[in-house]
Amino acid sequence: MTVRVQAEPFDYGAECNAFAAACGGAGAVVTFCGLVRDEDGRLSGMEIEHYPGMTERALAGIEAEARARWSLTEALILHRHGPMAPGEAIMMVATASRHRGDAFAAAEFLMDYLKSRAPFWKKEFGTDGEAWVAARDEDEDQLKRW
Amino acid sequence: MSVTILYFAWLRERIGLPRETVETRAATVAGLVEELRAREERYALAFADLKAVRVALDQELSDFDAPLAGVREIAFFPPMTGG
Repeated sequence: MTVRVQAEPFDYGAECNAFAAACGGAGAVVTFCGLVRDEDGRLSGMEIEHYPGMTERALAGIEAEARARWSLTEALILHRHGPMAPGEAIMMVATASRHRGDAFAAAEFLMDYLKSRAPFWKKEFGTDGEAWVAARDEDEDQLKRW
Repeated sequence: MSVTILYFAWLRERIGLPRETVETRAATVAGLVEELRAREERYALAFADLKAVRVALDQELSDFDAPLAGVREIAFFPPMTGG
């Protein structure tokens, strides 16, 4: 079970392959990757601020909760901070289980929780200047289904 | 008592610093916010709408009614936007 918080870019394909190769006899792997949007050319980049220390702690807590709820052989949360350009990978989650149901559900749970319970803040840069991304009510509402 | 306060995202920008150590007599987070608001205009502006502010005590999410006894690190930030 792994949590990684880093500024450096990562190779999503290589991470997926490495995860699948070391997921402890699972029959199912689910992966998700979040990318920086360009909003039809309006955005030139994004910067993510985080709270070192609390970030790792919050992500480890979310991952532990997922492992308590579903039968996972392995799980990975990787999240970047700092500046990044449109098209770059921001973060990924991967889950592995014997059958696909647990891996799918746990991946969605990890995503829903880390969107609004892990201390990251996105700032977008574009043709209209710079602006902090506002949290969406729908993201908060998503937590109620768990 | 002396506590470390951290500010993130637009709270950091509005207040103009990422962290500071303050002396407080407040019993709760809400009491500390009142003390900060009274210090200077930039704090009053940053804490004008507490519905837009979240708080963590010693790196755990908390709320404005929480007691400060024993707390060393307090962080104020907007709702999180990870993922």
